[in-house]
Amino acid sequence: MFEGFELFPKFDWKWSFAFEILPRLLWATLNTLLAAGTGYAIALIIGLLFALAQRTGIRAITLIVREIVEFIRSTPLVVQIFFIFYVGPQFGIRLSPWTSGMIAIGLHYAAYLSEVYRAGLESVPRGQWEACKALNLSMTRTYFRVIIPQALPPALPGMGNYLVGIFKDTPMLMVIGVTELMHAATALGSTYYRYLEPYTMVGILFLLISLPTAFGLRRFESFVAKALGMRK
Amino acid sequence: MQHYLEYLQAYGGRFVDGTLVTIQQTLLAALLAIFVAALFGMMRLSEKWLIRGTSIVYIEFFRGTSLLVQLYWIFFVLPLLGVTFDKFTAGFVAVGLNLGAYGAELVRGSIEAVPKGQYEACHALNMSYYKRMRRIILPQALLLMLPPWGNLLIELLKGTALVSLISVTDLMFEAKQINGTTYLSAESFGTALIIYYLMARVVVSPGMRAFERYWGKKMGRI
Repeated sequence: MFEGFELFPKFDWKWSFAFEILPRLLWATLNTLLAAGTGYAIALIIGLLFALAQRTGIRAITLIVREIVEFIRSTPLVVQIFFIFYVGPQFGIRLSPWTSGMIAIGLHYAAYLSEVYRAGLESVPRGQWEACKALNLSMTRTYFRVIIPQALPPALPGMGNYLVGIFKDTPMLMVIGVTELMHAATALGSTYYRYLEPYTMVGILFLLISLPTAFGLRRFESFVAKALGMRK
Repeated sequence: MQHYLEYLQAYGGRFVDGTLVTIQQTLLAALLAIFVAALFGMMRLSEKWLIRGTSIVYIEFFRGTSLLVQLYWIFFVLPLLGVTFDKFTAGFVAVGLNLGAYGAELVRGSIEAVPKGQYEACHALNMSYYKRMRRIILPQALLLMLPPWGNLLIELLKGTALVSLISVTDLMFEAKQINGTTYLSAESFGTALIIYYLMARVVVSPGMRAFERYWGKKMGRI
């Protein structure tokens, strides 16, 4: 189990090596950000479809979509990534690692986001819907002028958390060879046979991006709530 | 169908082996996560800034970086600092420490959500800190935090799939190996997905709901 403890036997952090690999890691960070952004955009849209499908009022559709969402939410993303990447070719569909990774991450987080949307829509009191009906507002006006402005503020924290969540899950894409940050660090590590600097720097880069993003999202939430007139 | 049954006959045993390792990893990681969550969740509420600060650093660090990065760091880098774990231990330690940080926030949130009057009543009855926590606050906080812990345990179960990347022979690892020799990807990864789904949906969720009901009754809420 625990195989040993000596005080720093092989610890030699080399600054020269760290600076040498920094540019490559930064380039890979751009890939990571691109993957997270693309995945999030897909998840936002598919998640909305999942959420709306559960509001159609047709019981069979609601039940089937619920079960699909549950299935996606309770199985590991990394297995889903493998599944989508390897199953396609078996049936003659070849997807690039990048495409299958985006589909997997997009679908996975769509399941989570549909729950956030659902909770947001459900938080709008029934009276608001009834009032819209009484005023004979069209469906578009009901949604865009009345419902969404009220459903958005309670949904934003969840949406923000999953943006950071997607960013932190992108390293899993390395298993099918997407050249994101963790993939680059592993490649550098095995080339120079030094893992200390690459992996430590990856950890620091993740912290440097996710902590300010989380902070910025908190600010954005209160800004939106104010802009929509939901809070003074 | 016939084909799939033959497939299961040939490789079912390996899926069972892998599932057992996944269950071990999940149980050990869950124990560690619960311990870590309780410890850092309570430390987060301390009045002493050093204790509170330590807990904040721990929580933000583990929530700010990826589980995969932490796993690789513990397995590949920690030995250079003199702490060497075998792969099985490194696996559940990484998962437990990571999910424990999320759990610590649940512990903190639920303790804070216990109504103020309960604290005041404890003061009025001259209870010590220890007695107050054990007899009054924590039982009520537990009731509040059980539903989100159910979700967290499913996240933890899913997190253990990553330990296959440092070659722990769990369910995911077996699926990958079988896929590598048979090229039957839909069957291999599909079976793994279904087993993960059943573990979450048939074991973890109902188990947690039963525990919630039991605890609710014990607290006289139902």
